Order: sequence, then structure tokens, then C-alpha cells
Amino acid sequence: MSGTFVPAPGRASARAVVARQIRMELTLTARRGEAVVLAMGVPLLVLLGAGLTRATNLPTGDRIGFVAPGVLALTVMSTAFTGQAITTGYERGYGVLKRLGASPLTRPGLLAAKTVAVLMLVCVQLLVLTAVATAVGWRPDWARLVPAAGVTVLATAAYCGLALVLASLLKPETTTAAATLIYVLMLAGGGIMFAAPDLGTVGWFLLPLAAHAQALREALTAGRPIPGVLWLSLGAWAVAALITAARTFRWE
Amino acid sequence: MSMAQQNAVELHDVVVRYGGTVAVDRVSLTAARGRVLALLGDNGAGKTSLVQVCTGFRRPDGGVARVLGLDPVAEHDALTPRLGLMAQSGGMYPWATAGEILDLFASFAARPLDAAMLVDRLGLGSVTGTRWRRLSGGEQQRLALAVALVGRPEMVFLDEPTAGMDTAARHTTWRLVEELRADGVSVLLTTHLLDEAERLADDVVIVRSGAVVATGTPGQLTAAAGVDRLVVRAQPGLPVPDVAVRAAGGGPPAAVSEDAPGEYTVDGELDAEAIASALAWFAAVGARVTAVNTRRRTLEDVYLSLTAPAVPGLRVNG
Repeated sequence: MSGTFVPAPGRASARAVVARQIRMELTLTARRGEAVVLAMGVPLLVLLGAGLTRATNLPTGDRIGFVAPGVLALTVMSTAFTGQAITTGYERGYGVLKRLGASPLTRPGLLAAKTVAVLMLVCVQLLVLTAVATAVGWRPDWARLVPAAGVTVLATAAYCGLALVLASLLKPETTTAAATLIYVLMLAGGGIMFAAPDLGTVGWFLLPLAAHAQALREALTAGRPIPGVLWLSLGAWAVAALITAARTFRWE
Repeated sequence: MSMAQQNAVELHDVVVRYGGTVAVDRVSLTAARGRVLALLGDNGAGKTSLVQVCTGFRRPDGGVARVLGLDPVAEHDALTPRLGLMAQSGGMYPWATAGEILDLFASFAARPLDAAMLVDRLGLGSVTGTRWRRLSGGEQQRLALAVALVGRPEMVFLDEPTAGMDTAARHTTWRLVEELRADGVSVLLTTHLLDEAERLADDVVIVRSGAVVATGTPGQLTAAAGVDRLVVRAQPGLPVPDVAVRAAGGGPPAAVSEDAPGEYTVDGELDAEAIASALAWFAAVGARVTAVNTRRRTLEDVYLSLTAPAVPGLRVNG
């Protein structure tokens, strides 16, 4: 029997470690039904409700052309910010992050795994929503797919960073409440199913959701280049959020 | 450098404060490689804070910590693959199954142990498909132990490893710890269970209110503060001598006292000769002896004498 525990320590390859952590993140996300419903159900309702009926006043006659890009942006926020903040808050509360911190998974490894898992999830959700939107009449300009994907990656990074900041600063319960409240406020005021408050250029910098939605509308619905101010807003949010997250992130 | 590599843990004057409260007050201790060190103390004595310092979760507010020759905070990433940690509670994904959790931590290691073997050894076979939050406290503890060991660490920290375990699981854990030592793994465990420390530990460090009050092997601790004791029952009121009874051939003195009416104790370093002369004294004073018992001082006696309040019944604030 003896000899079983003779030390042979070592870390698996960084790729293997992160890949396994990504798998765990995705497995657990799929297991939490309410998160999936929040991430997909609400955007679908908004898409069909505001896009197909005259339930809300929109600044354009092309209802689905306005609502569909907004719903895509909303989904990115719901998954990368709201879902991620709540999950990370509880993982800290349960001591999971601390236990992972004592494992060979490094801090950059965990942050990378979380970001990639969120990006993968966002990809799947956007595919489903785009399919539904085109089925009900949206005609996106596929030639603008690359810039649209670019602003989406920036928005995802920004939301992920903000989620980790929130979860690092607040208790799990407070994080849940705050992340949900922000989601509801953005749903109402973020330029998704109503026109965003017209604050001019400042508005794009205050509301990343509105900036992302507008960028997707310009690229996919209108088939125009995305204005520089929108790139700048989302880029600034991404950089600021990630730097703040790296500084505030705590294992405990 | 060579000293640092010889020892698994070296703490020098480590201080941990939580706000204005001093949880650990200039603790210095050394854990040798390949040995089992038990950190023994009541709740709140500072044991978990010391584990936090050793595993790099707390930067000490004063002093220096070295684990396997590394700074647990600055060299955290180099240290983690070499350590196994069994934390006191929680720390796992509530919605992941026991099997998924063990596989995840196994996949982080370069040469992990066979997860199925650990599951079998720790009696977790029936719960690998059960989610963490549905496991009993004892099952969670056993899984945490498996996770601590799966990466084949050089050193494991076990924070209250048998808390919440039933007797069978406790014995399984004890055998595992003995096996770890036999295989050359360094172990630091915290416990408030004296039998656990006495049975498992090569070295014991007793902490009280954040400070080290005694260090040594269980044998040294019981011998240093204690002695064998002879308890003799006879009629009350024997003329107990003021001076200690001394064996005929010299040797250490043994004091006789009447603790309760008819119950006499003989304290001292009692070898066979001393016991003979002590009993000779009882014969000489005409005692009608009805019972003679020997008692070896246990770690518990030492622990209680070291951790009891200085003045019984008096509580000092602060």
C-alpha cells in the first residue's frame, strides 16, 4: 500500500488547466436554469414583443431593425455582466474562489477561463437570437459582421471586468441585487426597446449598452461603418473595467 | 537557503491583525520536512490564521513566512502545485458533483493520483454523482481531503481535518495521514482534539490567544510538564510527610499528598525504585492499601494546564 502518496507535484499545462476550468464554468452555467432563462428568455420576449408589435414608441419605422441589434447588445450585458457578477459573487461567498486560489489554477488562468466561457456562451446566445430575428424579418448586412463582432468583444470585456469589480466590492446578496437592478434599468433606459435618452455624445460614454446597441444598428441594420465615438466609448469602458478588475479582484 | 529547504514551514515572529484585534502575536515555529506537525489550540487561538499565512491568503502584518523555501504570497504561483489544502469548510462549487470536483482538481496537476483510488480509499464511491451541497458534512470533509491529496503534493495543510467526521471516517483519515508521513509528505494539521494530536503528530505546537505556549514532541510535552503518577487508596489521615519520599538509592524525589480523604497521589519521576520506596512508605506507616493505580500524564493534562485561565474563575477583560 505504501508509496501511493510519494510526492510528485507539478502543474498541468496552462492550456489544459484553463480548458478544464472553462468546461467547469460552462457545465455549471448550463446547470443553473434561471440564469439561462434570464440570459435568453428576456431578450427573446423583448425581441418579439417590441420588434413585432407596436408596444413601444421607437424613433424609426423599421421596428425589428431597431430592436434586434438592441436585443443582441442586451444579451451580451445580461450574460457578461449580470450573470457573471452574480456567479462570481456567490463563488466568493461559498469560498470557491479561495479554494481555486490554493490550486495550480493561477489568477490570470481563472480570469481567462471566465472570459472565454462568457464569450462562448455569448456566441451561442447571439447565434440563436440572430436566427430568431432573421426568421421574423430582420435583414442584417453580413458584410459588416467583423466590426460588429469587434464591438461585441469590447463590450463583453467591459461587462466581464465590471462584473468582477462588483463581485469583489460587494457581498454576494448585494451583488445580486445591484447587478439585477442595473440590468432592469438598462433594459428600460439603455436604448433597447425605447429610444435611449438623447444625451448626445456624452450618452454613448455613459451607457455602454446604448453605445453597443447603436454600433450594432449602424453596422448590421444600416450597413454603415461604426462611428469612431462608439468604438472609443466601448474601448474606454473595456480598458477601464479590466484594469479596475485586475486591481480589485480578491480570491476571498 | 539550505535551512529553508530543509524545513517545510518556517515562521518567524508572524503577526496577524484583524482591525484592532491581534489574532496571531509574533508566532515563530518550524515544521520539519516529512513530519506531521499538529497545531493544537482552542477555537480562536489563531490556528486558521496561521494556515492562511502559510497558504498565501494573508500577508502577515509582521514577521516572515516561508513554506517549502518560498514566500507564500510573492511566490504563490510557484507554491500552489506543491501544496495540498483542506480548508475548514466550503470552498467547492455547490452545484458540481463530487466526481466533477475531484476530476477538476486532478486535471490541474501534472501527475495526479488516480481519482478512483482516492474515491475508494475515502469511501466516496456512492456519492461521486451527488452535488456538493447535497453531501453530508462528513462527506464534504472527505472530498476536501481527496482534493488536497490528488495533486501529489509535497506538503498538505489540513485545517481541522476530522471535524464533522464519524468515527470510521476519522480513523480512515488518521491512517491516511500516517501513510502520507510514511511516503515523505510533510503535514501540518490544526486540531483541538488532543487524541488526534497525540496519535498523529511528530511535533506539537500549542497555541493560545495567538501565541505559542509550548512546542515539542508529544513525548517531550508530556514528560516535560508531567510525570507518572501513583494513586493509592488507603484509610484517610495517614501522616503525609512534609518532605518528599526519596528512593533508597537516591534518585528523584516523589511527593505524597492526600488529594481526597483516603486517596493519595505520589508525584514525581517515578521509576521502579521510586515506586518501591513510595509503597514502602505506605507499609511503614501502617496503611491498609486497597488500590494502587499508575497514571501517565497525557497531552490533555499538559494542554489544560497551559491553556487554562491564569486565575481560575476570574475573567479578565481584553
